[in-house]
Amino acid sequence: MIEQPYRLPTGGLIDRSQSVDFVYNETYYKGHPGDTLASALMANGEHVIARSFKYHRPRGVFSAGPEEPSALLTVGYGPRREPNTQATVQPLYQGLVSSSQNCWPSPRFDLGAVNSLISPFLSAGFYYKTFMWPGLKGWMQYEKIIRKAAGMGEASRAPDPDRYEKSQGFCDVLVVGAGPAGLMAASAAALSGARVWLVDEQLRMGGQLNRETYLIDGMPATEWVANKVQALEQNPRVKLLTNATVFGAYDSQTLGIVERCGADAFQPDTRQRLWLLRTAQVVLATGSIERPLVFSNNDRPGVMQANAVRAYNNQYGVRCGHKTLVFTNNNSAYRTAIDLANSGQTVTAVVDSRKQVEPTLLAQLAELGIRHIGGSAVQDVRGKLSIKEAQLISSDGSQLGESIECDCIALSGGWSPNVQLHSMVGSKPLFSEEHSAFVPGEMPAEYHSAGACTGSFALQDCLSQGAAIGTEAAVSAGFSGMEQTVPSGGEDTLPATEALWQVAKGKGKQFVDLQHDVAASDIELAHLEGYQSVEHLKRYTTLGMAGDQGRSSNVNALALMAQLREEPIAAVGTTTFRPPLSPVALGVFGGLDRGQHYRPYRRSAMQAWHDARGAVLQEVGLWRRAQYYPVGGESIDEAYQRETAQVRAKVGIVDVSSLGKIQINGPDSPEFLNRLYVNNWLKLPIGKARYGVMLREDGIALDDGTTSRWGEHDFLMTTTTANAGPVMTHMEHLLQVVWPELRVRVSSVTEHWAGMAVAGPLSRETLQGCVTDLDLSNEAFPFMAVGEGKIDNVPVRVLRISFSGEMAYEVYAPADYGQGVWEAIVRAGEIHDIVPYGTETLGALRIEKGHVTGAELDGRVTLGDVGMLGMANPKKDFIGRVLMNREGILDPKRPQLTGLKSVNPEEPLQAGAILVNTPEMAAGVDKLGHVSSITYSPEVGGNIGLGFLRDAAERRGERIFAAYPLRDKIVEVEICDPCFVDASGGRMRD
Amino acid sequence: MIRIDCPQCGVRDYTEFTYGGDATLQRPTSDCDDQIIWHDYVYQRENPRGLLRELWQHSQGCRCWLEVERNTVTHDIQSVQLASGGSVSGGTR
Repeated sequence: MIEQPYRLPTGGLIDRSQSVDFVYNETYYKGHPGDTLASALMANGEHVIARSFKYHRPRGVFSAGPEEPSALLTVGYGPRREPNTQATVQPLYQGLVSSSQNCWPSPRFDLGAVNSLISPFLSAGFYYKTFMWPGLKGWMQYEKIIRKAAGMGEASRAPDPDRYEKSQGFCDVLVVGAGPAGLMAASAAALSGARVWLVDEQLRMGGQLNRETYLIDGMPATEWVANKVQALEQNPRVKLLTNATVFGAYDSQTLGIVERCGADAFQPDTRQRLWLLRTAQVVLATGSIERPLVFSNNDRPGVMQANAVRAYNNQYGVRCGHKTLVFTNNNSAYRTAIDLANSGQTVTAVVDSRKQVEPTLLAQLAELGIRHIGGSAVQDVRGKLSIKEAQLISSDGSQLGESIECDCIALSGGWSPNVQLHSMVGSKPLFSEEHSAFVPGEMPAEYHSAGACTGSFALQDCLSQGAAIGTEAAVSAGFSGMEQTVPSGGEDTLPATEALWQVAKGKGKQFVDLQHDVAASDIELAHLEGYQSVEHLKRYTTLGMAGDQGRSSNVNALALMAQLREEPIAAVGTTTFRPPLSPVALGVFGGLDRGQHYRPYRRSAMQAWHDARGAVLQEVGLWRRAQYYPVGGESIDEAYQRETAQVRAKVGIVDVSSLGKIQINGPDSPEFLNRLYVNNWLKLPIGKARYGVMLREDGIALDDGTTSRWGEHDFLMTTTTANAGPVMTHMEHLLQVVWPELRVRVSSVTEHWAGMAVAGPLSRETLQGCVTDLDLSNEAFPFMAVGEGKIDNVPVRVLRISFSGEMAYEVYAPADYGQGVWEAIVRAGEIHDIVPYGTETLGALRIEKGHVTGAELDGRVTLGDVGMLGMANPKKDFIGRVLMNREGILDPKRPQLTGLKSVNPEEPLQAGAILVNTPEMAAGVDKLGHVSSITYSPEVGGNIGLGFLRDAAERRGERIFAAYPLRDKIVEVEICDPCFVDASGGRMRD
Repeated sequence: MIRIDCPQCGVRDYTEFTYGGDATLQRPTSDCDDQIIWHDYVYQRENPRGLLRELWQHSQGCRCWLEVERNTVTHDIQSVQLASGGSVSGGTR
């Protein structure tokens, strides 16, 4: 077999001195550096490489860029397998592995093509109509099967092994697109002194210039591009990004760019990088793409954009066929005929739907011996896997013409400016009759456009417009504009497109959207069934909803709908484009924020000690708190029940560093606390702590905790772990927005203090064994006293407060000394059999005591619900004072905090269970409340819980049921006081 | 991506900020016991098209609450100042 039989002997921007080996459908092939996967496959004579989405029709390469609807392959293997890769933009690299998709066993012989035979049934809306029976359930059944049959490639199910990065970028002028306009704009802006980014989708800068045979300033365009790029590269103010797509334009000139860091999918370093670029000004030089023409069987392999055929000839040195027929409604495709002939390729004819054509073009064709057929169109194509001949018809459809033998049809239906990014910043595209296409409408002041995307298709216009707009953008960004000299691009023929939206029907489907297999007949059906607005058309036929976002199909579809509605295209309008412009791998949005980096842990100062002690950790927000410390293979229940009993009998120590800690300073601090909490704070003496509850302005409880006074203007507040952030924000809001006159400053010191609670009847003796410079006797340091002392010479704050109901102290040490202080306390407690305890025991102790926490103060609970109404002082102003008295909030029928005890002590309760009067679970059962916290209580010798229950106080001693229907569990419980131990509070006071 | 010019820190992405709602609301005075007035303060909000004065907290920066004048249609920001009415200590940045 001849190597690369479709490769032309000379020409192209490929490196013929080297070859690149790659695999396609388990066969080895060779290409050259500079090839795309599409150009390499075509060079090797592989023209049927895909099957279509719905009908499984054979498909080949249609374009040479990101508008490609057909040549979608799976590239890579194993965890790196990436489906639906456009072969036309995938750079070839050594060892690339690719395969066809949506076909079996091969794209040339695909059993799925049976769908073609039933294609009359697969029209727009087919699935919705057919599979709804018997009702919604029917669709849900069928959907699973349909989804399997449709769809394209299959993604790897393994985790993505590649590295992705996120970077932040800043510049003055961003230029999108490095064609002639973009290159000039970037040069001009840089010349004016602006920091410029120039971003292009392709590996090679130059855009359309790489595909053309233009001369600029007398030199080949590609040479001019190379010089220009080199000059920009040497400018330190300019950053060039190739192989990068600007996929989204957002508020405040923020743009999302995905940079593919190499041609190779196997980048050892970073595979793709997400840039979030903030810029002052944006120049969109996004170019335009060539539209297809709508005729029967216009999807056959070998039917291609004229400009793509030219690109394969000029840029890649690849022939797309042996006998090419050009079919056009404008002048640009003549360049294809001329370039092909100049490369020695055979052009059988140029078929032009226009009757009048510029004589100079006709003369050029005649000189090259190319036949010209005016006023004609291709009606139908014969041949299935490859084209055999084209059937002509007069362009008005009145008269059948001859059949012309060919194996490639290069078509051009005119040019559509790429206005997707324009649309994303709110510019509504306007329909231009002159170009038969949408051009950008009014844009925000910071956005400019230049070149073909504005409808300026001639090279000289692109060059001068680019230079002018580049200067304008730099001036708008605050730089003094420098005039950029504009090179000479010579004479260029304007397209002079005469719209031909649809050729008279032949025998096959006339495709509009090749990727989603939407034909002209589907648009007619949508119109017939009333789906006439563009938004309905899109959703009913799925036109433009494929990966290519309808880049090649949108305008044709709108024109066909306009004809059917007998309205101008401008009246039909266009759909709005939204990011991303082209598909972007999800991995790049994650970047390095994967696994533990997605949610970093907050570690307490004593974490190493907990780890060494074999603590089982529990996630609490970002914290990982010790849940329990198992000894000798203990279960969780055994461990926390042992710890709980030990604290009540002797002494224990627990890490409470995760509690929110807020330092409050300033002369108005007492007044501020007085307005923040429901109770009185004006007279808290120095050296004392007080318990407080704060409400939200709507009268619902926000948080509780203690605040202690350390000096005239110095307070320390603790909050629950979960509410540390919200309470801080709440206080800052009040101080900065509501009462800016209060002389108070707050700072979060959660990270600065390591906190530990020492609880149990022997807690005082334990601390007396290690604390110096502080008298801890009951007389000198009673309940709710606070003071400063030292442990191991480290200054610590000691607070005599109790969450467990036992005699207890909280000790706060500077975080860096936390573990040392903890260890000193544990050493001092050894003779008292001190036990470290975790969050399970912390919970068990406070439930036994009836203390509420986040499980109870869940954002729905009022002061009255937790029996603290008496705490509030209605004579002062505090947050929530008025709305806590709303009728519904004071309703005596609201569920009240209650204790619950399993009637069978061995039977555990379930948090979240519903409290009901009867054991029969049925719809409409009277729900009396719920269980909020549960534990096993060694003190009680059974399972207990806290909850909220209607008429709780009146029903004390009665038996009801805690139902948990999800697990089919019902537990009989006795209603009791929420405080199960030491109701008088003697233990913590004496 | 809305960008907010924090008087303390400079121009930052809105992702560093937390939205705080309508800035024109006035908390009823401490002697006001009228539940209707309080209800309106807590629950009633305008949803205007066009310019809106709103609160944003620079929660991942200086923690200042800011009063931002923003166009709800175009997201253009007209002005930014400290909600406390104060000026940045040490003069402007």
